[in-house]
This record gives sequence, C-alpha cells and structure tokens, in this order.
Amino acid sequence: MKKTSTSVLPAGGALGDEPLLAVDDLHVEFVTRQGVVKAVNGVSYSLNPGETLAVLGESGSGKSVTAQAIMGILDMPPARIPRGEVRFRGTDLLRLPEDARSQVRGQRVAMIFQDALSALNPVFTVGSQIGEMFRVHRGASRRDAEKKAVELMDRVRIPGARQRVHDYPHQFSGGMRQRIMIAMSIALDPEVLIADEPTTALDVTVQAQIMELLAELQRESNMGLILITHDLGVVADVADKIAVMYGGRIVENALVHDIYRAPAHPYTKGLLDSIPRVDQKGQELYAIKGMPPNLLAMPSGCAFHPRCPYRQDNCVTEAPPLYEIGPTRSSACHYWREVLDGSHG
Amino acid sequence: MSDTLAPAARRARHGKPARPPKPPRAASLWSDAWHDLRRRPLFISSAVLIGIFLIMSVFPWLFTSVDPFDAASCQLADARKGMSGAHWFGTDNLGCDVYARTIYGARNSIVVGVTTTVVTALVGGLLGLVAGFKGGAVDTLFSRVTEIFFAIPSILGALLILAVFRTGNVWTVMLALAVLTWPMTFRIMRAAVITAKSQDYVVAARALGASAPRLMFRHILPNAIAPVIVVATINLGGFIAAEAGLSFLGVGLRSPDISWGLMISDARERFLEAPGPLLFPALFLSLTVLAFIMLGDAVRDALDPKLR
Amino acid sequence: MSRYIIRRLIQAIPVLLGATLLIYAIVFALPGDPIAALMGEKRMDPNLVTIMREQYHLNDPFLVQYWYYLVGLFGGDFGTTFAGVPVTDIMAGKFQVTINLAMTALVMEAVIGVGLGLYAALRHGRAQDSMVLASTLVLISIPTLVTGFVLQLLLGVKVGLFPVAGVTDGWRSYLLPGFVLAGTSIAYLTRLTRTSLVETLRADYIRTAVAKGLPRRRVVGRHALRNALIPLITYLGADLGTLMGGAVITETIFNLPGIGQQLFSSVYLREQSVVVGIVTVLVLIYILANLIVDLLYAVLDPRIRYE
Repeated sequence: MKKTSTSVLPAGGALGDEPLLAVDDLHVEFVTRQGVVKAVNGVSYSLNPGETLAVLGESGSGKSVTAQAIMGILDMPPARIPRGEVRFRGTDLLRLPEDARSQVRGQRVAMIFQDALSALNPVFTVGSQIGEMFRVHRGASRRDAEKKAVELMDRVRIPGARQRVHDYPHQFSGGMRQRIMIAMSIALDPEVLIADEPTTALDVTVQAQIMELLAELQRESNMGLILITHDLGVVADVADKIAVMYGGRIVENALVHDIYRAPAHPYTKGLLDSIPRVDQKGQELYAIKGMPPNLLAMPSGCAFHPRCPYRQDNCVTEAPPLYEIGPTRSSACHYWREVLDGSHG
Repeated sequence: MSDTLAPAARRARHGKPARPPKPPRAASLWSDAWHDLRRRPLFISSAVLIGIFLIMSVFPWLFTSVDPFDAASCQLADARKGMSGAHWFGTDNLGCDVYARTIYGARNSIVVGVTTTVVTALVGGLLGLVAGFKGGAVDTLFSRVTEIFFAIPSILGALLILAVFRTGNVWTVMLALAVLTWPMTFRIMRAAVITAKSQDYVVAARALGASAPRLMFRHILPNAIAPVIVVATINLGGFIAAEAGLSFLGVGLRSPDISWGLMISDARERFLEAPGPLLFPALFLSLTVLAFIMLGDAVRDALDPKLR
Repeated sequence: MSRYIIRRLIQAIPVLLGATLLIYAIVFALPGDPIAALMGEKRMDPNLVTIMREQYHLNDPFLVQYWYYLVGLFGGDFGTTFAGVPVTDIMAGKFQVTINLAMTALVMEAVIGVGLGLYAALRHGRAQDSMVLASTLVLISIPTLVTGFVLQLLLGVKVGLFPVAGVTDGWRSYLLPGFVLAGTSIAYLTRLTRTSLVETLRADYIRTAVAKGLPRRRVVGRHALRNALIPLITYLGADLGTLMGGAVITETIFNLPGIGQQLFSSVYLREQSVVVGIVTVLVLIYILANLIVDLLYAVLDPRIRYE
C-alpha cells in the first residue's frame, strides 16, 4: 500500500537505536522587513512509537514553528532553515526532495490544528475532505473514499456519521469539528501525529473528551504523538515526557512526573505556580512577571533573565547550555540546582 | 508593530495574536500611515505628479507664454504641424498650439475632479455617518434611496441631467456627477461607522454618557474616515475621466472651453496623419488619473498593513 | 429559496419605482417641447398638436403622467414614441447590440482578468507580480475614450486587424469595442483575483491541505480557487450592469447602434417613453444580475443559506 515511500524510507518495524522521529539542533528564521526573526534556535527532541511528547510554551516560543518545520509546511520564504535535521526513521526529511517529502506528509506524519473551523475548508463537505486522503494518496474511487470517511467518523465517534458525511464544517459543533480534523489526520494510519493546541479553542468539558480520544487512538495504533500546548493542565494525564520551550529554545526536558514534582527551570516553575490549585484557595495566584521576549531583539545571555526571580549577574551575559541534570532530564538554567531545591521546599 | 513577530505570514499561520488587540487610536493610525507613506515610491511619485498638475491648473501661464483663449494664437496656415521649437507638442486642426491648450486643459479637469470629490465626500460621508450611527428607520430610508442611485448607470444619468441644464460647464458637470455618485461614499462611510460603533472604546464612551454629536465626531468619525478618504482619492481620477467622456459626448464642457476630452475628440479625425493633438492631452489625462489612483492605493496600503 | 427570491423581487419594487420616477422627472424637466421637436422645422396643424398632447397626457401634471406610465409599465407596456412606434420595438434591436457588446466585454474581462490575477497571485511578491500590478494601474488610468480612439485608429484603420466601426461584420465587430469597454474592468478584476487568491492561500485550511500531503496543483486548483472565486463572481455579476450602462462612450466611438446612442438621440427628441424605458430595463438588468449573483453565492459558499 505504501507506494514509492518504501524506496526512500524504511517502513515500520525495528528501529534500532534511532527514535521514530528526532529533531536535532533545528534552527528556523523568518526574514522580515524589520530584520531576521530567529523563531527556533537549536531545538532537539525525539519521539518513540506509542510515546506522547508534550511541547509546552507560550505564543512565540517557537513550538508551532518547530512542528511546521517537521511537517514541511512553512512558507519558505519568508521562513528558512539554516541548520538542523528532522530525522524520521533515520532519514533527514529536510534533505528529501519535495516529491518524496510529500509521500511522508499527511500519510506517515500527520498534523491537526488548533481551530478546526478555520482549518477545514468551508466549501467542501467533511466527507469529501476526509475522503480526499484516500482519493489522492490511495487512488480510491469516490464511493470507496466516502465509505472510508464514514468509518473514520464512526471511529472518532461522531454520531450519525452516515448522514453527516455530507454536511459542511460550519454545521458541526466545535468538538465535533475537531473530531473531523482528527479523523482526517489518522485516515492513513500515520506513525507520528502532531497536535498543535488541539483543545485550546474548545470548552473545558469537550477538551477532556478530545484528549481522551487522542489517547485512545494512540493506544490502538501505537503512533507517536506530539502534543503542542501552552496549557500545563492539558498534558498532565496524557504525556510521557515534556519539553518546555522559551524564546525559540528548549529550556527544560523531563519526564512528566518529574516536572510536576520538581521543575528545574524557573520558567517551568513559574508556569506550574500559575496553575490555580484547590489547596491554595484564597491566596493570590502567581503570575510570571514581564512579557514574552521580542524575537527581533532577544535579551542577552539567558532569554528568560528579565523575568527570572533566580537571576544572577552572569545570566545577563552568558547563555546557559542545556545542562544534563539526570538520565532523562535537562535544564537550560545556570542555577537549576537552586530551582530544584526551591521546588522541593 | 505590536506583535513580537511582525510578519503577516506568521501571524496568519499562528491563528491567534500574540497579545490582545489594542483599541485603535486614530492619531497613531494616521501618524504611522504618514511615517510609512513618506518612504513609499508610489506615494512620492503620485504626490509629485499631483503637485505639478495642481500648479498647472492654478498658474498655467507659468508653463507657457501662449494664451490659447486668444484667437490670434491660432494660425490656420500652421494646422497639424509636428513638434517644433515653437510648438512643442505641434499644432491642431485649427493651427492652435497643442502644448498651451493641454496645459490650460488641466484646470477644468482638476476643478471637476476635486469639487466632485469634495461634494460627494461631504454629502455621502455625512449622510453615511448619520445613517450608520442612528440605524433604524433613518438608516433604512437612506439605504433604500442609495439603492435607487446605484441602479441608475452614472454616465447615462449624467448625460440626462446635463441635457436638462442645456449648458455644459465645470459646475453642471460636477453637479451631474455628484448627484449620481454620492451613494458610493455613503455606503463606505456607513459600513465603517457601523464597524466603529461596536468597538469597545465607543461603547465605553457611550456608557460614560458622551453626547451623540460627540460620539459621532470625536470617537467614531476619526476611526471611520480612512476608507472614505481612500475611495474618494481613487474616485477623483474616475471623475476626471468621466468629465472627458461627457465632454466627448457633447454634453460636458464645450468649445471655447478647453478640456482634454474635447481636444481628444476634436483630434480623432486626423489622428493617423497628426497623432499629437490626440496623444498629448490623452497622456496628460491618463497621468492625472493615474496619479490619483496611485495616491489612493498608497494611502490604502499605509492604512491597511494587512494587505501588504 | 423561492421565498427568498420573491422577497428580493418585492424589495426591488421601490428601487424600480424610485429609479423610474427620478428618470421620468429628469426627462420631464428637459427643455423644449416634444411635439415641436417631433415636427422639426415644419409648421404644424394646431388641431393635431392638441390631439397628440391629449393622447400622450402632456397636459396633465407630472405625477399624473408618471402614473399613466407606471400603469402601462406593469402591464408590460413601455408605451409608444410620438411617431407611434412601440418603445419595445425600438429597444429590442438596440439592447441586442449593447448586450452583445457587454457580453463580449464580460467574457474578455473574466478570461483575461482572472487569468492575469491568478498568474500574479501565484508569483506573489516577485517581478512578474509587480509587472502585472503596474500594467493594471496603467490600464485603469487610461480612460475608455483614449483606448477607444487609439485602438480603433491603430488596429482598425491602420493595421486593419478589426472592423473599424458599425456592426456589419457580425461577432468580429464586437471584439475591439468589447476589449475597450472591458479595459478598466479587466484591470480591477485582475487586482481583485490576485488579492483574493493571495488572501485565500494564507488561510488555515490551505495549510491543512498542504499538511494532508496534497500536490500543490490540487491545493491551489481545488482548495484555494473554490474559495477565491466567490468574490470574483460577485464582481462579475455586478459589473454586467456597469458595462451596459457605461457602453455609451464605446458605442459612440465605434458607431454601434446600441442603447447609448438611442438614449442620446431620444433625449434630444424628448422621447420620454424611450428614455425612461431604456433606463428601466437597465435597472431591471441590474436588479436581476445582483439577484443571480446572490443566488450563485449560496451555491459557491455553503455557509450562506437563504430562507
């Protein structure tokens, strides 16, 4: 079934030491009138089959740009990738010719977006948009494609799929639209699914249902899931590991329970402290002071220093490397020990 | 630029803005636009062109010592001469100097263009402001009336109105055009006012008890006027072209008035042997229209960075 | 849907009434006496004049005259000229010419405008894009009057590529006038197409289509184009009325016996019924074209539903 892709990329199966997907020292820049914006500055992370990686960060942290670089859907120009690799099963996608790349995109690495209303084409029925995956990539007939679309809509538990396959995106509720988005992305059983803020635009109750659905689909197919979010609360139950991004860099890498127990970077700590908790009722909620960094004029040294309560003099001049602070853990803070200790207290 | 990441491409991809949008401040909108305009070649070249045409229409004698209204300036014996030192653009069928006539033709075109624009902007703008602000029956009534005018083709309507006047001069042409085209300004102003009216800062001003005129002129108008100015500038070129067309049809300006449209239609018979008398006024006419359209484009781009 | 159409047609009645009233009033205000204009230099029999004035209600007040006209109009009767010829007979042939001209212009506009616009949009920000934009500016700036004369004299008279004037050469007669009439509209449609497609290509659903691994041909040709077309259809539909109403200059330059020329001569003869008849039909065409555009909108954009 996997057409020409097999000749370029190894199919599933044994991976050896190589993870399913590895981002290595990725840099992405945007050339603008105001200058070169360095949106991603040396990001590395990896993902194994069946694993969920949460990438956490605020707007402008570079988390979505990294994902778009993996998918190869950045507009180039204005974007360019001066350095870095995105290895999928050992092959660097960035070096692949476009036709080979488009065999991966959507079929083996798929993506869902934040706002399903704007991410779905308003003038085509949801059935034809889901079925399009089979029509284009598998050469299915119109009727077969529609049958597959109904099956997928059933699978993501859209009630009355057989009738609703002919409806348009605007006729669905927000949660149902996101299910359609998910159905479309898993149509060809991708090995990696990237979900970019999949629940941000939804009501809290619907958020939980969508996360459950994603987790369940992942269990069934053993795909790797990259969950991009700015909301720590969303990831706690589903993620295996977390990469926290700030100003285009990863500032902390950790397994999910480690990070919740004791963050090793002041930014992560700030994020955790700003989640409302029942046991802190009545107390003032913590907020990270200051504003996200301006990517056109990044602060010197550690990008977080203007907002950091742990700041020392060398933070202003010396950019911290990503310190290995444990077998599965790293932090880009000169004073990670102090942060860790403070967290325990 | 309020976003940390300025380029539109990225903003569009991102789905949500980096920070909550600021309430628009008219003053900064215009000063930003001005700052931006000053360095745009499109704006500079159109402004220079318009400047030249304005001077030409007010002080034509600065450009030529020939007075085309003086019958003695035309020598029938010199008819349809080519370009020469004495007649830069050659002479027309009656032996008149094409250059001098073209220079003197600027005034009528500019006067029709500018006055029609001002009148339509004032009438249409004011009615649009009131209709958009008041809403309800007033709005419905005005909107229905504009629909009637939209349905009438403007050149044919102007032709009829000018036939009623019998005489064609800049003022009747202006009136005929203004009567039929003010609804364009009305519609744009009304839409802009309705948008501005629902903005938070207007709602807040209303809640604080601002009076209706104060709301309209102090809070809404400055934020709604930008599209009207853009469209008015672009329309100005259209009015100049319309004047030429009406004069050609024989219901606009008439001889001995000098108009580019008249010159063009007078020169058509002998165009192949003497193209100058048609091409030079045509060139000036087109350049004037071009200058105003370019100006409108430049102002719109400066006010609406989204479309860059 | 049919209820929507009926409602729209009912809403169009005041527009039609207002427009005819306005035109009727303007023609009423025209200087000179129509009967005298009809007779020209000849002396006329006073009895005949009295009979004609009576027959055409010329002695009645303005509103009464208008009322008679309206009553006739709603019975499908556009009236007769002072020489007794039914106005519909006069209009039929003239409208045929103008419709041929406007349709030729509309087709040229759609083909050239959309084609150039797509070309520019797909090369957004590059040299070709700027060139297309610059040439649209030039095209917008040159008035019909100028393009008309220059093209007629160069391509028609000098090169002999097209018929110079008149309608005796069948469809070929309309090619050059059609292009001249379409000129400005081509430029505007080019710009609109370009903007529309560029904006559409930035939409989130286009990013989704790319992420689905679809070939670029399909992303642009199916996902973007279907959406980008929607405003273009509106523009084209609304432009039909503009082209027909603006055809008078082109008709005069190329000596085409269309409604523009007819209107012109009828104004001087004070042929009220012909003038008002022509404008009424133009208003009707405008109203119908807009209605059809709105209905097409619903076909192209499923988010719009008319009740």
